[in-house]
Amino acid sequence: MADLQEFRQSVRSWLEANAPKTLRGKVTDLTFTYSGGRKGKPPHPDCIPWLNMMAERGWTIPFWPKEYGGGGLDKQETKILQEEMLRLELPPPLSGMGITMIGPTVLQYGTEEQKKLYIPQIVKGEIRWCQGYSEPNAGSDLANIQTKAIVDGDDYIVNGQKIWTSGGNESDWIFMLVRTNPNVKKQAGITFLLCDLETEGIEVRPIKLISGASIFCEVFFEDVRVPRNQILNRVDGGWEVARALLGHERTMIAGLGSRPAAPTAEDRVEAAAKKNIGLENGKIADEVIRSRMAQVQIDESSFKLTVQRNSDNMKAGHRPGPESSIFKIYGTELNQRREELLLSIFGPECLGWEGDGFDAKELELCRTWLRSRGNTLEGGSSEIQLNIIAKQVLNLPD
Amino acid sequence: MELVLNEEQTMLAESVNSFVKDNSPITRFRKLRDENDPLGYSKELWKQMADLGWTAILFQEEDGGLGLGMAETVIVTEAMGRNLMPEPYLSSIMLAGQALSLGGSPELKEKWLTPIISGDSVLTVAYQEKMMRYHLYRGATKAEKTSGAYRINGEKVQVLDGNGADAIIVSARTSGNDGDAEGLTLFLVPKDTAGLTVIRQSRVDCRNLAIVQLNDVEVPETNIIGEVGKGGELLSRVVDDATVALCGEMLGGMSFAFDRMLGYMKERVQFNVVIGSFQALKHRAARMFMEVELTRSVVMAAARAIDENDPNKEILIATAKARCSDAYVAVTNEAVQILGGIGMTDEEDIGFYMKRARAAEMAFGDAAYHKDRFASLKGY
Repeated sequence: MADLQEFRQSVRSWLEANAPKTLRGKVTDLTFTYSGGRKGKPPHPDCIPWLNMMAERGWTIPFWPKEYGGGGLDKQETKILQEEMLRLELPPPLSGMGITMIGPTVLQYGTEEQKKLYIPQIVKGEIRWCQGYSEPNAGSDLANIQTKAIVDGDDYIVNGQKIWTSGGNESDWIFMLVRTNPNVKKQAGITFLLCDLETEGIEVRPIKLISGASIFCEVFFEDVRVPRNQILNRVDGGWEVARALLGHERTMIAGLGSRPAAPTAEDRVEAAAKKNIGLENGKIADEVIRSRMAQVQIDESSFKLTVQRNSDNMKAGHRPGPESSIFKIYGTELNQRREELLLSIFGPECLGWEGDGFDAKELELCRTWLRSRGNTLEGGSSEIQLNIIAKQVLNLPD
Repeated sequence: MELVLNEEQTMLAESVNSFVKDNSPITRFRKLRDENDPLGYSKELWKQMADLGWTAILFQEEDGGLGLGMAETVIVTEAMGRNLMPEPYLSSIMLAGQALSLGGSPELKEKWLTPIISGDSVLTVAYQEKMMRYHLYRGATKAEKTSGAYRINGEKVQVLDGNGADAIIVSARTSGNDGDAEGLTLFLVPKDTAGLTVIRQSRVDCRNLAIVQLNDVEVPETNIIGEVGKGGELLSRVVDDATVALCGEMLGGMSFAFDRMLGYMKERVQFNVVIGSFQALKHRAARMFMEVELTRSVVMAAARAIDENDPNKEILIATAKARCSDAYVAVTNEAVQILGGIGMTDEEDIGFYMKRARAAEMAFGDAAYHKDRFASLKGY
């Protein structure tokens, strides 16, 4: 106990002396999210020294082993570090798929050589990773991927196309699924590859979406040479790795702790309704909208309480209950309903695309509404989520 | 608040579940219905539940209770709700017992709350009147002051467990206008009081319901619960707690209906396969599963909000009852649809749940009522 108190004291004084003052109080501000890498622009210049000072101690991922550049802290020490960062309201120094997805997967499946090579780079935020899973003909049916890798000496030659690659144009490396055997059950002929996006033969093209933004990319591979030592796990053993990665993503997000939500004086929906519709005798003047507002808020509250129930359950040492299977589908559908409700509340003012006659909030709503339509598609569509619940939770037969 | 059962609560859940399973399978409810049992429940079984301490959960230790809370209460009502166990928990404990506990004089508590807790007496509260919908403060029943007593006239309907009740707590207007909280008073009327008539009603959910007629019923001042004219406030508090207890029952009922539906999907064969392999049905089942999970969270939260006197407790009570009402109806409707023709037969149990879902939906305010209440509490 005395050791832990000493540790807390030393963390506290070190953070107070060294953490950039400009970043204090930014923990709830999600624009202060930095994914590192060679191309990424930090949201604030001080994000770079903040990342470097933390990475030097391995504290970007405090509980990873020291021999690979991690912090080597135990559970209690990690908790103390997180508490002390929260005390100064500091944002996490590093986020992204490196630490939540590919890092823990390399630790599980990587050779000693791979761990020594990739993990320190991930800890230091030197490379930003993206995920190459979906293809034009492999969306919900992910195992149907066709991008081919054919052995050629010590290399594999990759040909094909990935799509819906988030942040592809801002990333340095891609972890991807490729077809190495077309003659077996779909899942059994897939290999998990790591690939530098600067390798010759790769082209990354942003996709312009209905919202006008380009958060996803297409990635084309033409005779791309990938050394054999960039395969994770065995050849044709990629499906297992992809599944494990999903599990790591959940545990890492839980282990690194979520950032506290920004305090909001008033719900976005309520504020908009009061401004755009107004109150009559203390009630929103449009009864139908008022009723929709109550329904959305009741559902939001029910959802948050279900997330809380899941986390309280795990804190109490129980295994996660079946309730966690509803998070993705319910959360995304709820978000869409909230956006749709906001459109109804704003009325014709929500239709602005750009330029005069619309204020910033109105223009933003139009884009966030369009963006939200993708929520029930990306990361496993709602229909896939329902299949998963039916199969894995309800044990309904195929 | 923590939305997880502690060790004691887990043990309570296990013992209530196994008691209900052993003593009140759904076949028992069917038998009571078929035999047109005048009470609709069993006094012996109720006494056993009292001996196990479950009637004492909510009451303070000085009143002979266990000093526990709503978190434990909903564990009991959920288990009862699963098998539609009709023993008088809502009426005698949540309504009458709570009214006495919160507003009764020491004498009234000794005379009536003690036997309620021991299971020797069953009481209820009569507030509902014809066409009153969900407005607790409406109604034509009036009480006029005479010397040292009150004379009550009026008629209450759908009084839960009114038949065979040892005493009925009646809300009546002593001053003010119809609809005002102020001016309502709660009177305890023992069953043999002159001018009190209890007439059995037959409701779709086959529970013990009664019309309570009061013709020049004389009640001494000492039988007033709480203060004269302040009964509205007390009734509203009591009904809020009872609402959450009912939500527990509804959660249990919808869980049973969901499990029945899922079980049927795994056994019913059409086109040479079990119908649970059809994606159209799988997705419907998965959506109902989500409803049940969300409902469990809000019921646990509302119960704990009452126990912790959370500033948001009223909002959470409205949230819970709105959700339970919608979900119980939705799940039972879906279950009947998926059971197909079988679901329409009296022989299949699911119909009991669909009927109870409607009655429970409309007890203490339906979904629309609680959504309106939610919006008002939120300030819009």
